[in-house]
Order: sequence, then C-alpha cells, then structure tokens
Amino acid sequence: MEATLTVRGLKAYYQTKHFGVDREVRAVDDISLNVRRNEVYGIAGESSSGKTTFIKVLAAAVRPPLGIVAGSVAYRFDGRTVDVAKARQAEIDAIRWSHLSYIMQGSMSVLNPVRRIGAIFDDFAARPLGLKGDAFRRTVVAHLSRLKLPAEVLRAYPHELSGGMRQRVTIGLATVCSPEFIIADEPTTALDVVVQKDVLSLIRDLQRDLGSSVVFVTHDMSVHANMAHRVGIIYAGRLVEEAPTRTLFTAPKHPYTAHLVASLPRIGDTRPRPALEGRPPNLADPPSGCRFHPRCPLAIERCRHEVPPLETVGPDHRSACWRVEDVAPLAGTIGLQEGRTA
Amino acid sequence: MSALLEVEGVTKVFSMGGILARKSFEAVHDVSFALQEDRPEIFTVIGESGSGKTTLARMILGLETPTRGTIRFRGRPVSTRLRAAERTRFMANVQPVFQNPFEAFNPLKRVDRYLASTARRFLGLRDRAGVDRAMDEALVKVGLSLAEVRGRFSHELSGGQLQRVAIARALIPNPPLLITDEPVSMVDASLRMAIVNLLKSLRDDLGVSVIYITHDLATAYYISDRIVIMQRGKVVEMGPAAAVLDAPEHPYSQLLKASVLSTQDAGEGRLEVPVDLATASSRLLDEPRSRLEPRPDGRLVRVYSAA
Repeated sequence: MEATLTVRGLKAYYQTKHFGVDREVRAVDDISLNVRRNEVYGIAGESSSGKTTFIKVLAAAVRPPLGIVAGSVAYRFDGRTVDVAKARQAEIDAIRWSHLSYIMQGSMSVLNPVRRIGAIFDDFAARPLGLKGDAFRRTVVAHLSRLKLPAEVLRAYPHELSGGMRQRVTIGLATVCSPEFIIADEPTTALDVVVQKDVLSLIRDLQRDLGSSVVFVTHDMSVHANMAHRVGIIYAGRLVEEAPTRTLFTAPKHPYTAHLVASLPRIGDTRPRPALEGRPPNLADPPSGCRFHPRCPLAIERCRHEVPPLETVGPDHRSACWRVEDVAPLAGTIGLQEGRTA
Repeated sequence: MSALLEVEGVTKVFSMGGILARKSFEAVHDVSFALQEDRPEIFTVIGESGSGKTTLARMILGLETPTRGTIRFRGRPVSTRLRAAERTRFMANVQPVFQNPFEAFNPLKRVDRYLASTARRFLGLRDRAGVDRAMDEALVKVGLSLAEVRGRFSHELSGGQLQRVAIARALIPNPPLLITDEPVSMVDASLRMAIVNLLKSLRDDLGVSVIYITHDLATAYYISDRIVIMQRGKVVEMGPAAAVLDAPEHPYSQLLKASVLSTQDAGEGRLEVPVDLATASSRLLDEPRSRLEPRPDGRLVRVYSAA
C-alpha cells in the first residue's frame, strides 16, 4: 500500500548557545517510518522521550532552537510530494489544515477564550476551505452534526462548553477541511473515562469516513490497544519497536515494550505487576550504545557500546535490540494465561 | 477495635451567584464510611470529574467544612476551625499527596527544603543531623535516598521520582492515614506502577491506611481493599473492591467499568460506547428518592423507589 508519510533518517536537535556554552539535546535521533493511507499509527513513549518533538517536525512546526539536522519528512498529497523538512514556508502553508491538520491536547488553550466558537471556525477554516458566508456556515454546521454537536455551539464561548464538548470542537476544527493526514497529540488525556471512549470512537469514525491517515500520540497503552492499526514505541529519541497492534501487545520483541505491556493493570487481575526502575535518560547526555541498557534486564556488554539497528523481526514488525531472540513476553502480557481465540 | 477515621452523613453544599440569583450545588451528598485503626487498608474513591471526590478529600483534610454531618479522626472532630496546636497534631496524622508533583513543588525551591521543614514542624527536630536522619528514613521508604535528592530542584527529577518525594514528605511524621488525590494520573505509564506498588507496600509493610482517589478502575482493582463509587456527589455503590468491580450492580458503576479501555482485545478496535448504560445512569440522577441497600456480599448499592 502506498505511504502517505515517509520519514527517513530524521534527526531534530535543540541547539542553544548561551555564554559560549553549546548545548545540544538530541530529541529525535535517526527515526525512519512510514504511515500508510487510511491507517491509524500510534506513537507511544514516556514524557521527555522526544515524541512531542517528533510530531512538531511532522506538523512542520519547527522553530529555533529546534532544528532539523538531517533526514526527510515526505508527505504525498494528490500525487505530489512535499518534504516539509526542506519545503519553503509557502509550500507548507498550502498543505497545512487542508491536507495536514493537528488535534491538540489542551482544548482550553487551543480555543481563544474571548472568541465565540463560530468566530474560531472562521479564523481557522474559512481560508483553506475557500468558502464564505452562508456556504461556509452550512459546511461547518453539517460537519458539527457529524460530531454530534448542535449548531448552537457556534454561538457559545469555549468556557460555556464541557470538557468533552470542547475537545469535540477542536476535533471539528482539525477535520472540517477533510484533511488526508491528521496528527493527534494526546487528545483524550485530560478527559474522564466515559468521555474519553466517546471522543476516541468519534476520531476513529471520522478517520474511516474521510479515509485519512492519523498519527496518534499518547503514553496510554490502553488507548493504543483500541485505536491504532500499528504502534511505534519511542524511547529516548529513537524508535525502538514498531508492529501491528495485536502483535505488539501479545509478542513484543523489545525489552522496553515487553515491560510496558506487562505492567498494564487490568480489572479481574491482582497479580503483582513489576514496575520499571530507573529514570528516563537525559537527552542532552544520553547513554552510549542502546539507550535503554541502564534499565534493561537483558543488557549485555555489547549493548553498552553499539547502537542496535531497527531490523525486521517478523511481518511488518521491526525491533532495535541486540537480544531480540531472548525477548520473551513477561508474565501479565495478554494472551499468555488466558486461552483466547484470536 | 477503634475507628481511625469516621465519616458520618457528610454533605457539602456550595452556593453560587449573587444575593438575588442564588444557586446552590450539592457537591457531596450524605457520605458515610469508617476506617479502622488496626486494619490498614487502601480505600478507593472512584468517580468522574464533578463527582465530589476531591471535595470529600478536602473535607477529610480539614480544608473545607462540611455543611452537614461530621468527620472524626480518632474520635476527635475534624474542622477548619482548630486551634494551631491542635491543627498541627491533626496534620501530623493525616497527610496529603496531590495530583501533579510539578505543581506541588515550587520550581525555585530545592525539594529537600520541603522535607526538612516538614520534619522540623511535625517532629519538633532542631538539630541538623536529626532532620537529615528523618528525611533519609522517609526517602528510603519510597525507594530513594537523601543523597539522590539533596540540593535538587523539581525539574531535575523525573515525574515518578518527584511523586515519590511527595509521598516521602507525607510520610515524615509517620502518619497512619494518607490522602492521595489522583497520585498517578500525571505520571507516565512506565512509572505509574512504581507509585501504585509503593502505595501497596505502605499498607502491607508500614500499616498506613490510604484513601486513594482516582478515576482509573484498573489500578483501583489492583490495589484496593474497599471502593466507593460516586456519581454527582452521591455514593452509588460501595464495598469490597473485587466484588464490586467484578460484578458492578448500579448502572453507573457498570457504565464506568464498560468505559475502561481493555487491552485484552488489542488491535480489534472495540470502542462501542455503552449508550443504554449512559442514559440509564443519567436518568437515575433525577430520581428524588433513593437509599443505600446492603447486599449479602457486603456491598451497599443505591436503590431507587419511585415516589
């Protein structure tokens, strides 16, 4: 299947010079991946793993001190290829919002508190849609009804809506132009369990209707389990494993993923869950070799010196570990105890 | 057997608006439970935002006065109007841990200053060696040490470490009761279990009772002894954690359980929202008459009787 997004050898560093001291934070260090058409690609990683920097680059929102050091981020829209790592601002402006859009995390800080929702839609979407007046309003109202929002919300101010409705409005803003590519950054983290499920199913239904590709970023593995077709795990600025969701949860091939999956608590199960010790590495001074080695139970001497490449270990499954053969699913991983028909 | 904490018929009404357009809002309605002195347990309060769980915690901490009902700690009433000495004594016994450790600590203060001032205030320590020893003891309980923490600012520690420092600070006066308000919701998934396991070991090894406030049913099932589920200020179901969460009886409890994202069927994209449960539980909100009814397995369930 054709890829909508192709990332090759991407390196994006924060570089600062203060009082003659050069500091370099390698937030994204050599990431390569594809996102296919009509696919939800989940990106998981803990805070300060570089996942936000990575999606900033995907969204072509690179501002100093962040800079792209190497690599390419090529989108393919309507048969044309745009490499946002090198493109001029005018080219990026042409694809932004109409082809490439972004669902942001805090709905309260995205929506302007002193503008009505209708005016915010005007600010964001009128130009890319190329519609005016009544025609524009009709499009927006039709789109809102898809999100199960009444037309009256256009008259409301952001603070008058509940958290779930506000998040739906931001999803509406991001999808009103029927973009081919949507980046969603923790869109449900601040929401309650009941509302969260509602918003997630809404994003997935929209994605199906529009046939778009979605890059879905969250640290919550249970969201990935239910949303994503494929999941990529980022650890300390590197992609360490990538697999179809079911495979990742049942047969992880990287010790970090194995741990993440096994530590998920579940209703109906009170067996002790091990927690990962140690702290996430400092990206200004990352460990040598495999960056996971100080916390890894399988680490050997080689891991300290050599960086493991991301290699194919199964169908559609890549992992970066020197000891791939020895990674076994830990106790607590799904599908191990329960005899379940796939 | 004596009671550590007794909460009896506690109601909190907030009023909003001016003198003419006064509206009142019942954040907590008639909540009762008790924790026993000789049986440390993790008592979990579950609910969505707006269910009154944080208001309940603030009342137990003596930061908010109940409109009706009483809260007693070791037989003495908890109130916002205690005299200073009495309040210090109460605070040494009931300690809070808050949701976001990055907000709980001032970024311009070294984190060990918080630990030191807690030790000075509640343990009455004056000499430096004594304060250091108290700090180190508390930090060792949470799997850290004073050497790792001394002189650090909050941004130099990871979220999980910082939350453990916050718990260590709360443990300095050796309190029998900790009130933790969503202690893991701001912590990364990989570090979340470290905090949850820590709460478990506080109960098992140190005999500390924990009131664990959360909206995460999966971790609640993992560590709780008893849980109480709240909907808009009312307790709808309360009882042994395993019994309640294995087979919830109230529609709202069922809705919460059905909304938990399961990892069991990963990759199958199960996201159906239980609409019938959602309408059933929101309809029950308007029922004027209801009471809690005991069940044989020790739980209480709210039942509604049409007037």
